[in-house]
Amino acid sequence: MSNTTPDVSENNAVTAQETAPTEKKKLTFKQKILRAIAKKMRKMMDIPEGEAKAPAKPKENKNKPKNAKKTFKRLFGYVMKSKALFALVLLLVIGAALFSVASTAINEPIVNLCQKVLDVNNRMSRGDFIQQIALWLGLMMGLSIVSALANYGYSRIMLQISQRTMRIIRKDLFDHIQGLPVKYFDSQKKGDIMSRFTSDVSAINNIVNEGMTTLLSSGVTLIATVAMMLYYSPKITLILFASLIFIVIVVLVISVLSAKQFAKYQKAMGSCNAYIEEYIRGQRVIKLFSYEEKNKQDFAALANNLRRVGIGANTITGLLMPLMTFITQVNYAICALFGATMIITSGGTAMNAGRLVAYLSYSKSFSSPITSIASQFTSLMQALAGAERIFEIMDMPHEIDEGNVKLVKVVKDENGSYTECDDYGWVYAWKVPLIEGEYVYTEVKGQVEFENVSFGYNEDKTVLKDINIVARPNEKIAFVGSTGAGKTTITNLVNRFYDIQEGTITVDGIDIKAIEKDSLRGALSMVLQDVNLFSGTIADNIRYGRLDATDEEVVEAAKIANAHSFISRLPKGYQTEITGDGGNLSQGQRQLLSIARAAVADPAILILDEATSSIDTRTEALIEKGMDRLMENRTVFVIAHRLSTVRNSDQIMVLEHGEIIEQGNHETLIAQEGKYYQLYNGLYELD
Amino acid sequence: MKRYLNFVKGNWIFALLSAVFVLVVVYLEIELPLITAKIIDDIIPNIESMGNLAELRHQILLMLVYSFAILLLGFLAARCAAIASLGFTANMRIAIFNKVQDFSFDNIDKFTTASLITRIINDTNSVQMVFSTFLNFFIKAPLTLIFACIEARRISAELSKVFWFVIPIIVAVFMIMAVIVVPKFRIMLEKTDKFNKTLQENFLGIRVVKSFVRENKEKDKFNEANNGLYHATMAAQKIMMLNLPILMLVLFGCMIYTLWNGSIQIYDFAGQEGALEIGTLTAFTSYISSVITSLMTFTMIFITMVMARASIKRVNEVLDEKPSVTDENADKSLKVTDGSIEFRNVSFKYSSEAEKNVLENINISIKSGEIVGVIGATGSAKTTLVSLIPRLYEATGGEVLVSGRNVKDYTFENLREGVSMVLQNNVLFSGTIKENLLWGNRGASDEMIEEACKIAQAHEFISEFADGYETKLEQGGVNVSGGQKQRLCIARALLRAPKVLIFDDSTSAVDTATDTKIRDGLASYLPDTTKIIIAQRINSVKHADKIIILDDGKIVGVGTHDELLENSEIYKEIYISQQKGALAQ
Repeated sequence: MSNTTPDVSENNAVTAQETAPTEKKKLTFKQKILRAIAKKMRKMMDIPEGEAKAPAKPKENKNKPKNAKKTFKRLFGYVMKSKALFALVLLLVIGAALFSVASTAINEPIVNLCQKVLDVNNRMSRGDFIQQIALWLGLMMGLSIVSALANYGYSRIMLQISQRTMRIIRKDLFDHIQGLPVKYFDSQKKGDIMSRFTSDVSAINNIVNEGMTTLLSSGVTLIATVAMMLYYSPKITLILFASLIFIVIVVLVISVLSAKQFAKYQKAMGSCNAYIEEYIRGQRVIKLFSYEEKNKQDFAALANNLRRVGIGANTITGLLMPLMTFITQVNYAICALFGATMIITSGGTAMNAGRLVAYLSYSKSFSSPITSIASQFTSLMQALAGAERIFEIMDMPHEIDEGNVKLVKVVKDENGSYTECDDYGWVYAWKVPLIEGEYVYTEVKGQVEFENVSFGYNEDKTVLKDINIVARPNEKIAFVGSTGAGKTTITNLVNRFYDIQEGTITVDGIDIKAIEKDSLRGALSMVLQDVNLFSGTIADNIRYGRLDATDEEVVEAAKIANAHSFISRLPKGYQTEITGDGGNLSQGQRQLLSIARAAVADPAILILDEATSSIDTRTEALIEKGMDRLMENRTVFVIAHRLSTVRNSDQIMVLEHGEIIEQGNHETLIAQEGKYYQLYNGLYELD
Repeated sequence: MKRYLNFVKGNWIFALLSAVFVLVVVYLEIELPLITAKIIDDIIPNIESMGNLAELRHQILLMLVYSFAILLLGFLAARCAAIASLGFTANMRIAIFNKVQDFSFDNIDKFTTASLITRIINDTNSVQMVFSTFLNFFIKAPLTLIFACIEARRISAELSKVFWFVIPIIVAVFMIMAVIVVPKFRIMLEKTDKFNKTLQENFLGIRVVKSFVRENKEKDKFNEANNGLYHATMAAQKIMMLNLPILMLVLFGCMIYTLWNGSIQIYDFAGQEGALEIGTLTAFTSYISSVITSLMTFTMIFITMVMARASIKRVNEVLDEKPSVTDENADKSLKVTDGSIEFRNVSFKYSSEAEKNVLENINISIKSGEIVGVIGATGSAKTTLVSLIPRLYEATGGEVLVSGRNVKDYTFENLREGVSMVLQNNVLFSGTIKENLLWGNRGASDEMIEEACKIAQAHEFISEFADGYETKLEQGGVNVSGGQKQRLCIARALLRAPKVLIFDDSTSAVDTATDTKIRDGLASYLPDTTKIIIAQRINSVKHADKIIILDDGKIVGVGTHDELLENSEIYKEIYISQQKGALAQ
C-alpha cells in the first residue's frame, strides 16, 4: 500500500472492502441481524473476519473464463473493427487450405503415371510421359504458389489486425482506467494493473494473431481431407472416424492434465518469486543478522520444488507430439491393412492400388489439423480469461461526476456583471446553471465548509465522524492528531477522491457534488508527502501544474518553492531530464519540485501534507520556506507537523479517532489545557 | 559459457540420455518413410498378385514397432530434457540467489535492489528459455538435417544434389533476415520498456494526475507510448513474416524440381536393378521438408538467443561480481568480547574511481559501555561511519577495531553477533511478530522477547493486537505504522544482546515522548553494551556520554552536550534551529 494513505492502510479499510463487495448493497433488517450474530460468533470463536470469509470465496482458476461466450463475442467485436480486412482473411485462409489440399491431390495422378510406366513393355512414349508429368507439376506449382502467397497474405493481414487490436484494447483500457476512482488504485497492486496491459493483452494477441487463422485453416484442411478420403473410400474412412474419437479423447486428456500441472507450476513460480522479492529487498537486514545460510537453504527448497513441479508439467506436454505421431502411424496401418484386404477380396473392383496409395497419403494428414486445433484450445482459454479480466475493468463505473457547475475565467465589468473571457484581469468563477439555459456566475473565493460530514472507506467502519469545519477564504486550517486519526482522509474528500457518505461539503456555497469534477479539482491543488514526478524535464514537471504556464511563470514558481537555486546549479538547468521517478534528485529536491508544481497552478484552495520526517534539518528549512510562501493568499488545509505552521494557523483541528475533539486557534487551545496542550508540551504520543 | 555448463551439473546424465534418445528417435523418424515407401512401391501394387497379407502385415508390424519406439523414446527424451532444463534453471536460480547472499552492501548498492530482483526473476527465465529451446531443438535439428541428407543421398545421389543449392540459399536468406531484424527487435524491446514505464508512473502518481486534472495529458502520453510500441512491433514482425513465403516457395520449388527429375528417372530406368520408384521418391520429398524445417529451427534458436542476450549479460554481471568484502582470512574462533571501538586514521570512499573520500581521517576511541551520539547534516556520512563497525563496508584507509581487534579478523557471523545495527530503512519479513523478533536471537524465550519489547516500547501496542505476538505481518510490514515498525526493529536488535548496538536514525517516526522512554530504558538495559545513536534531533543524543559531530565526512566536534554548546558553532546552530522547529519538543 502506498504511503500516501497511511490512514487507509492502518484501518485496513480498502483491503477489507475489496473482499466484500456485496456489503455495499443496502441490507435488509433481517440480514443486518444475521450479520451481527455472525460477527459475535466469530468473535467468540476468535476467528478473524477475513479468514472466516476466505473459504467461502470459490477458488478462481486463472486460466478459465467465467463467461466464455460473452467474452468471446466482445473480443470478436474488437477484431471485427476492420471488417473488410477480416473478410479478406477468411477468403485467403480458406483458399490457402483448399489449394494446399488440392496440391496434395495431384500426387495421385503422378503416382499413377509413374506406376504405369514401370511396365517397360507396354508404356507410353517418353515425350507423352514428360508432357503429362509437366502438366501436373505445372498445376501443382501454380497451386502451391497461390497457396503460399495466400498464406503469407492472411498472416500479414492478421499481424496488422492483431497488433491494431492490441493497440486499441490497450488504449481503451488505459482511457477507462484514467476515469476510475482513486479507490480502485488504492485497492489494487500496481503490478496487477500492469499485468492487464502486458500478459493479458499478449494472451489475446496469441489467439488473434495465430490462433484464429490456425483454427480456421485446420478446420478447412480437416474437412477437405475428410472429403477426399470419403471420395476415395467411404468404408475405410468410417473406420478412421472411430480413431478420430480416440484422438480427441487423448488430446483432451493431455490438455486438461497439462493445464492442471501448469497451474501448479505457476503457483510454485509465484511463491518462488514472492520469496525472491521479499528477501532481496531485505538483504541488508539478512546480512546484519547473518541469515544468509538459512536463506540459501530456504530458497533452494523453493527452487527445487519449482523444478519438481515443472518437470511434471513439461513431461505431460512433451507426451503430446510423440503420441500424435504414433496415432498417425496406427491410422496408416489400419488403412493399409484394410485397403489391402479390400483389394484382395474384391479383386480390385472396390479398391485398387493407385487409389489406396493416394488414400494413404491423406490419412497421414488427418491428425495434424486436430492436434493444431487442440493446441490452440489452451491459448483460446487463456486469451478469454485475460480478455475477461480486461473487460471487467472496462465495465467498472467511472467516478461519479454528475455536477454541472463549471469553473470558468471571467472578467467583471463596471456594472458588476461577469462575462466569460480570459482578457487581462480575469478571475476564476463558478458558472452555475439555472433553469432554461441561464447561468449565474459566482467568483471563486475559496470558502470551504464541512457540514456534519461522516466518512468511512467501507460502510462498517467510520473513519471520520460528524465533522464540521468552516474555512473562510485565505484561512489556514491545520490538522493535528496521531496516526490513524483521519488527517490524511480529509485530504481525500474535498477533491472528491472519495465521496462522503453523510453530510455535505461546499465550496463557495456550492455543494461539491454539484460541481463538475474536473472544475472542482481545477480550483484546488495538493502537495503530498510522497512525491510523484514524471519522466521528462524539470520544466515539464513544474508545468504539470498548469500546462499553459510560460517559462517565466515556471521559473517564478520554482523561486516561490525555493527550488530555483538548485535547479540553476544543475548542468542543464530546467531542461534536466528526470529519470525513473526522479531517482537522480534527492528526496528534498523532489519535494521542492512538487511545491513548485502546486505554485504554478496557483489554486484558490491548497491541500498540504507537510511531513518531512526523512529530510535533514537544512533541507527541511528550505522546504518549510517554500511551503510557507506557497500557503500565502489561499485557503489552505494543512496536515501540520511544524509548530510554526500550527501556531500561525487560523484554525487548528485536533483529530482523534475520526472526530474533531478540539478546535480553535493556538491561544484558545493552549488556554483549554486539553489534548492540544498536551501535544504541544510533548506529553502525548504523536507519530 | 563454462559457467552455464556447470549449471547442468548433476543432470548431465539426463541431458546426455535426452540427446541419445533424440538420436534414436530422429533415426527412426528418418527410417519410417522408407517402410512406407516399401509398402507403396512393392507391396500394395502387387497385393492382388500376392493374394495374401503376410508381407504387408510384416511391414506394418515393423512400422508400428518403430512408431511405438518413437513414442516411448520421444516421451523419455522429453522427460529427460525437462529434468535437465529445469534442473539447469533451478541451479542457476540458486547460484544467483546465493551469490547475492554473499554480496556486501557495496555490491547491492551497485546493482540496486530493484534491478537484482528483476535479474533473478525475469532474466533467469529468459536464460531458461534459451536453454530449453537449445535442448529441445539444438540436438534434434542438426541430427535431422544430417540423417535426412544421408538417407536422401542413399536414395538418389543425383536428386540429392538439390540440397547443395537449397541449404546455402536458405542459410543466406536467414542470415540477411537476422541482420535486418535484430536491431528492429532491440527497438521493440526499448519501446516496451518505455510503455511499461509510462504505465507505472501513471499508476503511482494517480493522485497527482487526478488532482491536476491531467487525465487527458496522460492519455496523450500513453497514446504516444502505445503507438510507439505498435509501430516498433510491426516493423520487426513484418520482416519476420517474410520468412514464411520464402520458406514455402523454396520448399515447393525443391519438391517440384525433385518430382520432375525423379519421374523422368523412373521412366528412364524403369525395370533396372536399383531403379528409383515412386514410393522412394515420395520418401525423398519428405526429407526435403525435414531438411528445410530443421534449418528453420536454427534461425529460431538464433533469434531466441539474440533476444535473450541482454538477459544473459545481466545474469552474468551478477554472477561475475566479486563480493567486495569477504571474511576468508578471518580467525574463526575469535569473538567480540567487549564493546570498545577504535577508528585509527580511517578514510573511506564508495568507489575506487571516486576522487574525494566520503570519510576523511577519522580517529575515534569509544570505551565499552559508552553511549555515543552522532549528529550531522544529510550527506555528512554518519551512516557510512557506523557501517564500518559491523564491516558492512570496508574502510579504504586506516583501521577499525572492535574489542581491540581489527574487524577484518572476525568472521562476519561472529562480528555481527557482537555488533548489531538498526538500519534506517529497516525491513520486517512476512510472518508473525514473534518470528520476526526471533531473528535477533533464535533461542530467545517468551520472557526475553517481552522484555526487549518493553524496552523498545513495542510491548504495549503488540498486546493491543488481537493476536498479540502471533499477529501476522504482511510483506514489508505494511500493516504496522512506521513508528511501530521502527520499535519492532529495535526490539529485534536488542534481543541479540550485542556488545555494540547501533541505531541509525531509528526513531525518526517515533514521537518524542516515546523516544525519551526508549532512551531511558536503554540506559539501564544491557549496561555493558556500547550504544551508538545517529539522530536528527539533538534531544535524542543530548544525554550521551559523547557526541560526535560530522560535517562533510570529517569529525568537527566531539564532546558532551554542554561542551559542544560552548565550543561548536555547527552544534549550536542545529540546536537553536531545532528548538524553534518541530511541534511537541
